[in-house]
Amino acid sequence: MTRWRDSLLRIAAVARKELRHLRRDRLTGGMVAGVPLMMTLLFGYAINQDVRHLRAGVADLSGTQTSRWLVADAQATQVIDVVVAAHSVRELEQLLTAGEISVGIAIPADFESRRARAGRPSAQLLVDGGDPVVLAAVRGLVSLPIWKRVASRHIAASPPAFELRAYYNPERRSPVHIVPALCGVILTLTLVLFTAVAIVRERERGNLELLITTPVQTPELMVGKIAPYVAIGYAQMTLILVLGRVLFDVPIAGSVWTLYVGAGAFVAAALTLGLLISTVAQTQFQAFQMAFVSFLPQILLSGFMFPFDGMPAPARWLSEVLPLTHFLRIVRGIALRGATLADVSGEIRALLIFFSISFALALLRFRKRLD
Amino acid sequence: MNGEPAIRTRGLTRRFGRVTAVDRVDLEIPRQAIYGFLGPNGSGKSTTIRMLCGLLTPSAGEATVLGLEVPRDAEKLRRKLGYMTQRFSLYEDLTVRENLAFLAEIYSLRATAARARIEVLLDEFHLRELCEQRAGTLSGGQRQRLALAGATLHEPELLFLDEPTSAVDPQSRRDFWETLYDLVERGTTILVSTHFMDEAERCHGLAILDRGRVVASGAPDRLMREIAAAVVEIETEAPRAARLALERVAGVHGVAQVGARLRALVDPALADPAGKLAEALRDAHVDARAALTRASLEDVFVAATRHHAAEANRP
Repeated sequence: MTRWRDSLLRIAAVARKELRHLRRDRLTGGMVAGVPLMMTLLFGYAINQDVRHLRAGVADLSGTQTSRWLVADAQATQVIDVVVAAHSVRELEQLLTAGEISVGIAIPADFESRRARAGRPSAQLLVDGGDPVVLAAVRGLVSLPIWKRVASRHIAASPPAFELRAYYNPERRSPVHIVPALCGVILTLTLVLFTAVAIVRERERGNLELLITTPVQTPELMVGKIAPYVAIGYAQMTLILVLGRVLFDVPIAGSVWTLYVGAGAFVAAALTLGLLISTVAQTQFQAFQMAFVSFLPQILLSGFMFPFDGMPAPARWLSEVLPLTHFLRIVRGIALRGATLADVSGEIRALLIFFSISFALALLRFRKRLD
Repeated sequence: MNGEPAIRTRGLTRRFGRVTAVDRVDLEIPRQAIYGFLGPNGSGKSTTIRMLCGLLTPSAGEATVLGLEVPRDAEKLRRKLGYMTQRFSLYEDLTVRENLAFLAEIYSLRATAARARIEVLLDEFHLRELCEQRAGTLSGGQRQRLALAGATLHEPELLFLDEPTSAVDPQSRRDFWETLYDLVERGTTILVSTHFMDEAERCHGLAILDRGRVVASGAPDRLMREIAAAVVEIETEAPRAARLALERVAGVHGVAQVGARLRALVDPALADPAGKLAEALRDAHVDARAALTRASLEDVFVAATRHHAAEANRP
């Protein structure tokens, strides 16, 4: 009994000491809250894959009922905001050149008679084609069924063959897709790095030489070192989800508690990966490098940046080994599709296997010796 | 108290690749005494201590510490050993009190006992005014006091001190040694490594290490009495010329200047060494007086390491 008690007390002593280090080290402590905050804002606001609210100008020279519908329909897509009413196509071109607007809608005076003739577009979209993303967005506007209906009577007579309906994220907003996944990326970034440095730092500063002559056991040291970061991981994830909710209106369709269970497995996996790095690296600098080397494939292959299904088979096999891949499936499943614990149990199991193997390896690598 | 030595080694050896850092060391260190390792940097002092703590695995030979075999029983020894590393190894971003409290927890002292023990240590090591200060802001002497307080917190039977006074002023060093004698009085055995002669002289027993080998061992005064050389002190106005003249004399092992005088180590087989040297100086037209004198520990050290070097160079 006392052996277990002593062991738990030693783990608590190491954990408390670790938290003290973190509190004293302002910069690292700041990273705990700063990284999620910065990344969520960055990804949420700036790295926006869908283009909305492009400034648009309209030169409606026909001034008919249909032409006004056309403009109203285009505006309803939210891709453009009509901010200027121009009097000629030339004026639209000038506004475009000046950068006042990105899109111009030119409706000629003979709009109605053009509409009557089949096969030819009756209105023009002028686009600043310098930015391919903008161009792609406006191309999407042209292919809108609404636009085609108004533009040509013949096409209007035959309705489009497919009607696209987007599930889970009907408005196709990036944050809904990005922010939950960002939990995984940020947890990987901070937790792997923190623990990767944790043991190497003690070795570099000479603390380890003293520590290994004390009764503290290797598993106690390891558990004590990662325990504070589990709490930090949960705090970071909560911060990201709250920010996502408040700033970007990102919903969590499923149960938050299920998400926390899945996150627990992921945090444990990420921390032991860091620990393993810590037992291999000789200096803090090496630990940093190794943490980043483990970080890049996780970002690129996990499905965070590129859709998983588009990757060649070997890349997919590799990504199955990475903890982030599994956590992204868990977090997107729960947040977007309302998946239950049973739905994600396979992914949780994969994370626990990863955790067990890397913890065992870390224990084997770390000997209470200097040689 | 039993008569068994605190530490006994037989043929203890440690190789790092092709370098032999510790070479067939035999030691017998008695309990409740201060035993010193004297030697230059790289003589194998730290490596030996680390092997005795169970931090390094010996390449060959065996070691018994407090009746337990290392490294096999190293874990059982943890609570009985205190180790003060050469480099300050407590946490610089924790305060004096936090560092001690952390160690108390690691050594499973009960909370009330730990508090009481820390209070005692703060007074004993004059750390009370510094107790809320971060360890990183302490001076060399203060750090050393904290490190020793940390190493003795769990009242170990055996204390290893690896060059404890390298970064410390003379006054702090004297105080430090007073503390060590107090600890011995209370039953602790202390093994201390040093490269200071005055410190080595304070030890009850001594092993002189050179290139991983024990080249001489025993009590300091016995070592000085039984030195394998005659020591001649030369007083002269022209130390440089005298030195050049003496180094050419057969049987002279070495000449060192100490202040205004020269000390020459001479082969003990040589009859009337002082007379021989005086004659050599006269021949070289150097005005000087030579007389036999008592050997110092430094003479012992020079004689022992010279002897070893000569042996090592023999094909």
